[in-house]
Amino acid sequence: MSEFLEFGAEHLPYILEGLPITLGLWALAMAIGALFGLLLAWARLYGNKLIYGAATAYVEIFRGTPMLVQMLFIYLGLPEIGIVFDPFTAAVIAIGLNTSAYQAEYFRGAIRSIPRGQLQAARAMGMSQFQGLRWIILPQALRRVIPQWSNEAILELKYTSIAYAIGVSELTARAEKIGYETFMFFEVFMLLALIYIVLTGTVAQILQFLEKRTAIPGL
Amino acid sequence: MLLQVENIHKRYGTAEVLKGVSLNVVAGQSKVIMGPSGTGKSTLLRCINHLTPPDQGRVLVEGVEITSANLNKMREKLAFVFQDFNLFTHLRAVDNVAVGPRKIRGMNKVAARDLAMRELERVGMVERAEAYPAELSGGQQQRVSIARALAMEPKVILFDEPTSALDPELTGEVVAVMKQLASDGMTMLVVSHEIGFARQAADEIIFMDGGHILEQGPPEQLFASPQHERTRQFLSRIGEGGAGA
Amino acid sequence: MIVEILITQMPYLLHGVWVALQLLVCLLALGFVLGLSLAILEVYGHWTLRWFGVLFERIFRGIPAIVLLLLFYYGVADFVDISAFTAAVLALGLRSAAYQSQIFRGSILSISQGQMLAARAMGMSKPMAIREIILPQALRLSIGPWTNEFSSEMKATSLAYVIGVVELTRQARYIISSTQGNILAVFAVVAALYFIFNWLGNWGLYRLERKLAVPGFEQGGQG
Ligand SMILES: Nc1ncnc2c1ncn2[C@@H]1O[C@H](COP(=O)(O)OP(=O)(O)OP(=O)(O)O)[C@@H](O)[C@H]1O
Ligand SMILES: [Mg+2]
Repeated sequence: MSEFLEFGAEHLPYILEGLPITLGLWALAMAIGALFGLLLAWARLYGNKLIYGAATAYVEIFRGTPMLVQMLFIYLGLPEIGIVFDPFTAAVIAIGLNTSAYQAEYFRGAIRSIPRGQLQAARAMGMSQFQGLRWIILPQALRRVIPQWSNEAILELKYTSIAYAIGVSELTARAEKIGYETFMFFEVFMLLALIYIVLTGTVAQILQFLEKRTAIPGL
Repeated sequence: MLLQVENIHKRYGTAEVLKGVSLNVVAGQSKVIMGPSGTGKSTLLRCINHLTPPDQGRVLVEGVEITSANLNKMREKLAFVFQDFNLFTHLRAVDNVAVGPRKIRGMNKVAARDLAMRELERVGMVERAEAYPAELSGGQQQRVSIARALAMEPKVILFDEPTSALDPELTGEVVAVMKQLASDGMTMLVVSHEIGFARQAADEIIFMDGGHILEQGPPEQLFASPQHERTRQFLSRIGEGGAGA
Repeated sequence: MIVEILITQMPYLLHGVWVALQLLVCLLALGFVLGLSLAILEVYGHWTLRWFGVLFERIFRGIPAIVLLLLFYYGVADFVDISAFTAAVLALGLRSAAYQSQIFRGSILSISQGQMLAARAMGMSKPMAIREIILPQALRLSIGPWTNEFSSEMKATSLAYVIGVVELTRQARYIISSTQGNILAVFAVVAALYFIFNWLGNWGLYRLERKLAVPGFEQGGQG
């Protein structure tokens, strides 16, 4: 045990240098996912046939295939047609596009769960369809989606480790590097596992706190 | 004596719900337990088959005391009919009736099904044998649940307000089945405020109040001249006889 | 040219699918047995078991799949010889158990208490009541959420790539190295294979759910 602590104390700082990269990947990907997810949800709810079809195909394809394959496609495949990204950017794009497909479904479900009367009341006040959606439906739907969105955020936080496969120097990659230097794989990956448990636990607490703060009675 | 209940005590936290209840049922008898809400009638029935273990007291069936060791064997002799039926949701009516004989009594599939069909016949539910509980009315579900009890070939059936979850127009079919059972010689202990059943089918009425048996006697006597003021009040409230009516 | 390469390489890709399928079946089976046991012990067992179950779930849900794979392969290899495939089954299977136990526990708890009461009142022992009455209902209710778990684990099999299990994604890498290129085409085909695999699984589970459907279980019917 004390050996493990010693090992941890020695190598933790190096591994934790990957934390900003992990968190950066995560935050950027979640932001892209939220924006693009909203757009997709809107396309599937209110778009014409063509827009609806395209958005649906996008969601089905990204949810039906592994994120790792998507990431390899973007990082290794796209350069074939002249589109080259550095590993970090490729990872942000892959995770962001992937989560946008899931977030789109949560947004769509939440928007659909708002009673029709809400939009009708907005229209009756003289709001346009867009204004009604923007100012009445969306704020309610966003609050309702928070629990699912938090869940998705935690999942994605863990998925950022997939970026290690294309050489992003985040937590997992750094831990593996220590592993090869010390050949103490068990210790280093235990340490890494602990880091993730603390990280996901902390983020879950924060999101839960925010959920409570933004709660509205009856919604 | 088929069923002997001796000095049952039960408390929940600080509240003593049963304060020493004793009663006996002879083979072939039907007894009806009445009393105000919250008086411990359901608790008593559940203590009798140890769904709720009593704190004190004994229950004997055919002279054998129920203990934790013989609990499941003894429960086969004490069928229970619930207020809210509790039919097994995933089983068709006939399988609800057959599951006990098959799994508990070890009958083969064909024999268990035959038995189940006979019991469904007794409660007039053969036509709906293949229906799932969700496809049956409350009265029909309760009749199936009575058939389920009968299929265990129990010594006694305990009924806990079998008609009180039913719409008034559906209670009749269940009461009719229960009357038929009583006249067939089934031994029954029934918590119910169904006056019709009590008058025509009960050998004895037991009036409970505040965790005690206040008085008991044949229906004619208890309805016509209750000894206690509480009994009188209660009977007049449920619209039955007594000097206070 | 690309088409020709894809056709000649197809047997390798299909072999990759076969390995992924084996991995998926093994990890889901481990997750099912362990997850269901955990759920039953958590609901009906002693509080220490509940505590253990919660801890198990917290741990295996808090760690990324990749980290578990690395831990079970490189970490465990420090002590015993373990094949990459076995390590992947253990890592992903235990993680799946944590997710599956949550599914099963939810279904068990959603069954009305009266079902257990009625079974016990007939003289069924607790294990018999769980087996004959509770589980047939709980498992039906679980098919919907379990389909999501299936889908998520199907995609997770691709992660076994990082510890060198020669499943579909790793086969794709080999083909790309050996044919020097065709990266987009190979990954597109691989993605399509995963997509079909996933779609078939979902379709089969949906059919199963329909087939086992019982009136009164509509709330779990849509998944
Ligand atoms: N599991 C329990 N925990 C705590 N208190 C309970 C429990 N079950 C019953 N009680 C209490 O015990 C008392 C008797 O309840 P019981 O259900 O036996 O009454 P009852 O005579 O059947 O009433 P009703 O006519 O309404 O069915 C009530 O005050 C009730 O609140
Ligand atoms: Mg009661």
